[in-house]
Amino acid sequence: MNITDIINIGLFTATIRMATPIALAAVGGMFSERVGVINIGLEGIMLTGAFTGVATSYYTRNPWLGVLASVFSGALIGLLHGFLTVTLKGNQIVSGTGINILAVGVTAFMCEVIWGSRGASESVPALNPISIPILKEIPILGDILGTHTPIVYLMFLIIFLSQILLFRTPFGLRLRAVGENPAAADTAGVDVTRIKYIGIILSCMLAGLSGAFLSLGNLNLFASGMSGGRGFIALAAMIFGRWMPYGTFGASILFGFTDALQIRLQSIGLLPPQIILSIPYIITIIVLAGVVRKSTPPSDYKPYEKR
Amino acid sequence: MVKIENSMKILIVKSIKFVQLIKESIQRIFPQLIAILVAFLLGAIVLIFTGYNPVDAYYSMIIGAFGDIYGIGQTLTQATPIIFTALAFLFSFKSGLFNIGAEGQFIVGAFAAAITGIYIKNIPSPIHIILSILIGAFAGGVWGLIPGILKNKFGAHEVITTMMLTYVAINFTGYLVNYPFKAPGWVSQTLQIEKTAQLPRILPPTQLSASLIIAVLLAIIINYILQRTSFGYELRASGLNPLAAENGGINVKRTMLYAFIISGAFAGIGGAGEIMGVHYRFIEGFSPGYGFDGLAVALVGGLNPIGIIFAGLLFGALRSGGMLMSRATHVPLDIVTIIQALVIIFVAAPTLLQYILNWRRNKS
Repeated sequence: MNITDIINIGLFTATIRMATPIALAAVGGMFSERVGVINIGLEGIMLTGAFTGVATSYYTRNPWLGVLASVFSGALIGLLHGFLTVTLKGNQIVSGTGINILAVGVTAFMCEVIWGSRGASESVPALNPISIPILKEIPILGDILGTHTPIVYLMFLIIFLSQILLFRTPFGLRLRAVGENPAAADTAGVDVTRIKYIGIILSCMLAGLSGAFLSLGNLNLFASGMSGGRGFIALAAMIFGRWMPYGTFGASILFGFTDALQIRLQSIGLLPPQIILSIPYIITIIVLAGVVRKSTPPSDYKPYEKR
Repeated sequence: MVKIENSMKILIVKSIKFVQLIKESIQRIFPQLIAILVAFLLGAIVLIFTGYNPVDAYYSMIIGAFGDIYGIGQTLTQATPIIFTALAFLFSFKSGLFNIGAEGQFIVGAFAAAITGIYIKNIPSPIHIILSILIGAFAGGVWGLIPGILKNKFGAHEVITTMMLTYVAINFTGYLVNYPFKAPGWVSQTLQIEKTAQLPRILPPTQLSASLIIAVLLAIIINYILQRTSFGYELRASGLNPLAAENGGINVKRTMLYAFIISGAFAGIGGAGEIMGVHYRFIEGFSPGYGFDGLAVALVGGLNPIGIIFAGLLFGALRSGGMLMSRATHVPLDIVTIIQALVIIFVAAPTLLQYILNWRRNKS
């Protein structure tokens, strides 16, 4: 066995691919936390998004409608999370956990109703990879970045736009203000409740898109539990990236790399699969322990009481 | 004559007090009852929309859970591990922590107890049982200690670390049971534990074991610790207001660490009881998610150890009844998970009921 069997251009191409769902969910988590609401439901929203996308593509034979449906399913869950945590001032972690468990139940239930198996769906029309003309010709870089599912390129665009939205627009200023100091934002005439809802719904839409990538971008079917803890890894990436879009992206690349490495090592069969499967989770714990102390969350996550 | 009159009076006063007590407890659990009711109603709507008959489904669920001795035994057997994991979640929650990784601590405890039950031989049964439970508690406690240290020393949020450690626990025990400790054959399981390590079955011919008695005793002890001891007070104080607790002379960090260890140990005992009372061996994937049920049960039980026993029975009934329902009516078993999740969502926001009532009033 050669080291180039593990570390080669294919590994870095896979890194970009596996970083995509984590980055999308992580930036999603960031928008929610920027307005002062913890979103540990990312995992469940990804799973729901993955399922909704496949089910829609199955019935319409159009994967892009599937992607839209995934994003829409995220928005609906965002509305629920917002209602429970902002309007009713309920416990954010309990609500998120409820969403996660609901997603496991609903997706497995519907999978059995539609395809007669709670394990996996049938194959459905999925997104085809596209090649970027000039980028593709560049050596090495072209191999790594040149040919991917459109959602990968969408992810790059979303990261870039999120950075601009958050730090270069009045709307971004309002988002940050609502998280950091809701009372001050309120005094300045910002509708705190409305901004919180927007942040949460945006967050959940991105997690839904992330789910669509898992089922329609990376594969062409839904498998129960296919999010595999990536929602929680995304939360770690968000913290590692200090609640900044670019930082979050960098952290997602790291976690995407461990995921890609894990898949690569499994195909070689060097170690038992159970040990290899643990790698991303262990790396996430180590990274979280190593860096988190230095970062300050953008909010105290308390429900806002108008005085 | 006067004597009788007096004792009659005392009796009347006492019964009035008793009725009041019942009334008060019903009022206290009213939001939970509504949450359960609404969750079942929404579950029925899901069933109708997917072409099933909710009346048939729920009827067979009730028959399955309570219809005969097997059903009741199965309900209590399913309730047992959930009561343990709910107590684990409760203990962390009271001290302001979110241990959502009871599933991992449960599995690690189960595996450690299985190994103790298999490889230690020729010791008297009571000692073997106690030793296996203690080692299960120890393993669960260690698995709970890791996120505790990570939080105390490095500030890593326990929601992420406990969840990651659950995945690690599933994979790690999966490795152990598939390679070094695999019993001969196709199934991913260990050898059977020694007879001396098996917990007695208390409702033959069902699988119900003495683990249930341990669970109930543990709930009563925890109730006492939380309400009546200074440690329980320190724990609750750290949870309610860490800053004030610290100023009051409580070592909050140390208290939290203890809470993590004890919480993990409770889940570990639950896992040990499941192996020693039900399966007699560690089987890969033996837990259908008891650790996650625990969170829901703790909340539905009103974050009270005694309430957890009753909520545990309800969720145990859901699981055991769900099995018969699934066989008899072909409704996917996952409707049970959906109902459980809905209950969690409704208890997440206790003001939900009030909100709906106000909204109706404002409308009319």
